[in-house]
Parts: sequence; structure tokens; C-alpha cells
Amino acid sequence: MAVTADLIREKLISELAAVHVEVEDTSPNRCAASFKVLIVSPQFEGKPLLQRHRLVNTCLANELKEIHAFEQKTLTPEQWEKQKQQ
Amino acid sequence: MNSVFGAAARSVRALSALPRLTQPGGGAACSRLLCSAEGQKSLEEMVKKDKVVVFMKGTPAQPMCGFSNAVVQILRMHGVDNYAAYNVLDDQDLRQGVKTFSNWPTIPQVFFNGEFVGGCDILLQMHQSGDLVEELEKLGIRSALLDAEKEQ
Repeated sequence: MAVTADLIREKLISELAAVHVEVEDTSPNRCAASFKVLIVSPQFEGKPLLQRHRLVNTCLANELKEIHAFEQKTLTPEQWEKQKQQ
Repeated sequence: MNSVFGAAARSVRALSALPRLTQPGGGAACSRLLCSAEGQKSLEEMVKKDKVVVFMKGTPAQPMCGFSNAVVQILRMHGVDNYAAYNVLDDQDLRQGVKTFSNWPTIPQVFFNGEFVGGCDILLQMHQSGDLVEELEKLGIRSALLDAEKEQ
């Protein structure tokens, strides 16, 4: 199954209890499947950056095999609220 | 985890049929089968040999990818010019081996004191939050940005 923005979004919501997900397909800018994602999840609470990113990587392990480039931003709901206010 | 080892084992079997590639000007470590246990140990040595180690696409003088370039630029901003950079485009074994080693799917990959820090996203966020200055200090590296602030 081809990796799509929707597939990524659904997985993040169902497996990481993401309360907000933004998936940007950046493939047109590059030569192969590339995505940029913003994930807001309470599961990131108390976890350092690397651990958060590893959580996402594990969740999307199968998809990442097909993807060429992947950017991610991981925020807790509190950080997301703060960012929105800026 | 089984699938990772399975894939690594399969690639080792496949690669053993190919002629060994020698790395011009590079260390002997790069030419070994880096997905094997022996290869993974070479990687361990590579990341511990220098305080700051970057696996990237291209070289610091000529990055071949936007994310690798971002890492180079950030390090440059902090005055970190003396680091080990390995070009994964020169060596497919290295390209796959380092992903297995750090259990991280993408390049670039940054290591501080032998420990995996993250890729471009993480380094950028550390830079923006000020954490990078702190981490460099732990390595005994004084960030150039600290001096830049003083001048203002």
C-alpha cells in the first residue's frame, strides 16, 4: 500500500493518541516520497526529544521503509497551546 | 526487532557476493560489511573516536542534501568545525549500517561522545532552545554563539 498523508495521520492518531496531526507531503520538492509532520500527543509528556522521535519512528516503522525523507516536530498538548499563542 | 536482524542478515548474505569496495582516502572501517556484528563494532569505534561525529550525505564542504546541509550550518554557527564527517553516499554499506546501528531510519545522524543525538530536526530544535550550547559545553566545546552574545 502506498504511503499517503492520510495513512500517516491515521496511524499517529490511533497508535500515539495524537490530539493534533498535520502531515505535509513534501514529495513535490524532492525526488521521492517525503513528508513533514507535526504531532501533538500527551504521550510525549516528560520524554526527551530523542525518545519522542523514536516513538514516532516505531509507530511508522513500516511506512518509513518506503519514505525517502521525513521531518517531524513532536509537541505535548501544552507546548502546542503555547506555540499557537505566539 | 526480528525483522531488523532478518533484514540485516539478508543484506550481509547478499553483500558478501559483491567485491569489497575500498574507500579512497577514508579509513578501512568504511569498506567492511557494516551490517555484520563486526561492522557494527567498527561503527561503534567510529562514533567514539571523535567528540562530534556526523553521518551525512555529501561533505561539510559540499553537502548533497538539505537536511545534511542544515546540520553542517548549525554546527558551523556554533563554531564547531573540527568534527568527523562520514559521507554515506560514498558507501552503501555505511549508509545502511549506520541506520541499523542507531536504529534510526534517516540520514543525517549526529553523535556526541559516542552517543546518538538525533537527526536534523532534533539538532535544529536543540539549537533553537539553547540546549545545543549546553550539550557542546558538556563535550568541552565552547559554542561560538556565547562569544557572539558577549560582543553585542
